[in-house]
Amino acid sequence: MNFPKLNLANYLLRHLQVMLFSLGQLWRQPLSSMMTIIVIGIALALPAGLYVLLDNVKQVSDQWDDATQISLFLQQDVSPERATKLTSQLKQWPQITNTHYQSSNQSLEEFRQLSGLGTLLDSLPSNPLPAIIIIQPNENDLRPDAIGSLLARVEALPEVEQAQLDMEWLLRLRSINKTVERGISILGLLLSLSVLLIIGNTIRLAILSRQSEIRVIKLVGATNAFVRRPFLYTGFWYGILGGLMAWLTLTLSLSLINSPVNELAKLYSSQFTLHWLSALLLVLLPATGLVLGVLGAWISVGRHLSSIEPS
Amino acid sequence: MIFFTDVYKRYSNRFEALSGLSFHINKGEMAFLTGHSGAGKSTLLKLIALIERSSHGQVLVNNQNLTRLPKRKIPYYRRQIGIVFQDHNLLHDRTVFDNVALPLIIAGENHREIGRRVRASLDKVGLLGKERSLPIALSGGEQQRVGIARAVVNRPPILLADEPTGNLDPELSRDIMSLFEQFNQVGTTVFIATHDLDLINTLPHRQITLDSGRLAEQR
Ligand SMILES: Nc1ncnc2c1ncn2[C@@H]1O[C@H](COP(=O)(O)OP(=O)(O)OP(=O)(O)O)[C@@H](O)[C@H]1O
Ligand SMILES: [Mg+2]
Repeated sequence: MNFPKLNLANYLLRHLQVMLFSLGQLWRQPLSSMMTIIVIGIALALPAGLYVLLDNVKQVSDQWDDATQISLFLQQDVSPERATKLTSQLKQWPQITNTHYQSSNQSLEEFRQLSGLGTLLDSLPSNPLPAIIIIQPNENDLRPDAIGSLLARVEALPEVEQAQLDMEWLLRLRSINKTVERGISILGLLLSLSVLLIIGNTIRLAILSRQSEIRVIKLVGATNAFVRRPFLYTGFWYGILGGLMAWLTLTLSLSLINSPVNELAKLYSSQFTLHWLSALLLVLLPATGLVLGVLGAWISVGRHLSSIEPS
Repeated sequence: MIFFTDVYKRYSNRFEALSGLSFHINKGEMAFLTGHSGAGKSTLLKLIALIERSSHGQVLVNNQNLTRLPKRKIPYYRRQIGIVFQDHNLLHDRTVFDNVALPLIIAGENHREIGRRVRASLDKVGLLGKERSLPIALSGGEQQRVGIARAVVNRPPILLADEPTGNLDPELSRDIMSLFEQFNQVGTTVFIATHDLDLINTLPHRQITLDSGRLAEQR
């Protein structure tokens, strides 16, 4: 028997040849290849794009961390002296960076200005508004559970009638983010599966169209591995090119929404700009495509190739 | 070189194409396989090429028992056999050179060796000038010679052919047959299934004749 010589350079050269041959075959059918690549590109770009947007939302919400504060509404019978003392006591807590006392008169004044109900308020027999201590939690204690326990502790103080977390929506946004993140992961998983199916089906069609050729090659002594190789490389190329297409789609779409986002940010006098992990994604997307492509091709080849025997 | 011992071949539709066949072909011999259409000639060659397996009996080729050869070894076994078909079985999107090179590429030969052997093989069948052509650009006889060049390029000890002259005029058929004789003269065992009695009766080689899957006569 003449077994192949185990020569590494020769082996690599042959792989390179098959690799280029598979690329050449995609090139020879530009239209259908391009269509497959675009579909793969969109399927990969969608979860990546959503992830980039989510990442930006997170960044924005992080910027607003110092806006989180807790308002303590004091009992009516707490004297201003007691309240001032409590204010400086609270400031000593490690979870609290800053405190500010606002007497019931100041609260009334603020309300008068904001509401424009001046004369109506004057007719009230006594000031219905409570005194407030505003506390600024420590940056490191902004996780929902830490905030929750701080909230419970200050609410348990005898002087405090009610503690209210301002910017509660920010925490909600965070937990919404988590949910959305999970949703995107699931979507990503489903779309990855569909990339797998797209490539698998494309390879299946390629195998069917080359049936007679496969028979001939097997008849002159090709092993299954040899017959498999060009199809695996076809999957490899579809995956990589699909990944690059995804990156291109993403870069284009994000640069399209970048300028309106900048304008919006200007309106809020924020220096926020969309950032997308361009370089990282340029590696990550083709790499994901590659893995899915080879895997999809492998599954398809395994299912369809062995049944094609010379007759 | 090729031994058949009480070989039966029954297809999945229960049709018995070969029945109790026993014969052998010596190393370095050239023999013809004849018989009416449907006699089982192609079936017999398929057993040797392991395209089909015998239902009963033993087939020994080049000291290997085909009845017991595991599936994964079939590719390596087939590299010892050159096969020529009536309809050439060429790859139409590859050049003549690439078609002939196929068995060498599969066997993992290096680049230089492939070039050398393909040209030697094309030279033998008289097609050296056509290596860059596509098969469609060639005449039927030329295509058949490309098929022969491919079958002999890795110098297999056995050469099988199924109706290699089926589509060719008498003169071309004679050319092709003498090509097979040349390979036989350098030691290759050659076994050819053919209808062309007029041609092979002028040649001094043994004829094995099938009649409805049984051995009819040997001359
Ligand atoms: N795959 C198959 N399934 C069922 N029957 C088959 C199959 N292949 C061949 N046969 C039958 O076996 C018999 C022998 O066929 P075979 O092709 O070996 O004949 P042949 O001698 O080569 O004929 P021809 O000269 O026409 O090529 C025929 O009757 C054919 O119908
Ligand atoms: Mg036949």
